[in-house]
Amino acid sequence: MYLEIITPDRKVFEGEVDAATFPGSDGSFQVLNNHAPIISSLAKGDLIYKTKEGSKILIVDGGVVEVRNNHVIVLAESVE
Amino acid sequence: MANLKEVKGRIQSVTSTQQITKAMKMVAAAKLRRAQDRITQMRPYSEKLTGILRNVTSSVSDNLENEYAVVREVNRVALVVVSSDKGLCGAFNSSVFKAAVSLLKTKYKEQNEFGGVTIIPLGKKAMEFFKKRNYKVDTKYWDIFSNLSFDEVRPVAEHLMEAYKNGDFDAVELVYNEFKNVATQVLKVEKFLPIEPSEIAEGSTSNSNAIDYIYEPSKEFIVKELIPKSLKIQVYKATLESNASEQGARMTAMDKATDNAGELLKELKLMYNRTRQAAITKEILEIVGGAEALKSS
Repeated sequence: MYLEIITPDRKVFEGEVDAATFPGSDGSFQVLNNHAPIISSLAKGDLIYKTKEGSKILIVDGGVVEVRNNHVIVLAESVE
Repeated sequence: MANLKEVKGRIQSVTSTQQITKAMKMVAAAKLRRAQDRITQMRPYSEKLTGILRNVTSSVSDNLENEYAVVREVNRVALVVVSSDKGLCGAFNSSVFKAAVSLLKTKYKEQNEFGGVTIIPLGKKAMEFFKKRNYKVDTKYWDIFSNLSFDEVRPVAEHLMEAYKNGDFDAVELVYNEFKNVATQVLKVEKFLPIEPSEIAEGSTSNSNAIDYIYEPSKEFIVKELIPKSLKIQVYKATLESNASEQGARMTAMDKATDNAGELLKELKLMYNRTRQAAITKEILEIVGGAEALKSS
């Protein structure tokens, strides 16, 4: 599935990933291929995504994620 | 006729001024590109955000209650005036100030009379302008353009939202220049708070092929989370637009200045050559006259 992480200043990440874990407002959850459409708000926490090269951890400061047709879009105000 | 040395001095000074304006134009052009890049980078975020917001609000029932949509009697007003840090950009700043002052004299006249209007200047020029004229000014946030980024603008928006929620302001308006193209800026006076419910729900009816999303934790919660985000983006967008407009305005102003300097130079050079020619003619006449005088004696 395709993951995009966008902040107002730049596009932090864009590419194919195998799995992604999000710090949802009601607890952490993982999205795999062919996930059902979902819109969830995010709390401050770790966002982990796994690509072919390995997994990477980013800290997001709240935001929202939309999953639809294997296209995942993360909107966050700041990402480290 | 002016003397030669004087004209030469003026030519030199105009030439160096022209070099400066030319350089400033070039710098403004480079900065304009960067400013436009920033706008382009912000666009996907803001588009996606409004997309999701619409998607969610379309299915939330009509009772869109939000703390930022509460309409109160307008007693205290905040005006956010976006200007530049530096001058030499034509009418860029003065048009913003004019619009802000006319707002104070018409729409918010009453509030202004009993001191209910707070000006929040963004940019050094606006800060100086309103401070000098003894308006009530909140100078905490003026310095955002030296290093413009979302992180700089965010506290401004958060402050405005917080103050609105607490009832410190009953209305907030943004006054800024919108970027249309390099030569034109469109002055904008935009209502920031309270938000109008129709604004959020706008276009939501056309959502017939809406996807059946799972909402986590709930639609209402997401709407509540997203509205402040889109408000912050609104302020950020205003500053980016203003920044791009400023560079555009400076570019055109400096371009004109360079042209004018060129014209002035042409005139001065003509004058210089005429004066020089006149001096030579005069000298020849004197020599000839002297020779004549010698011959006849």
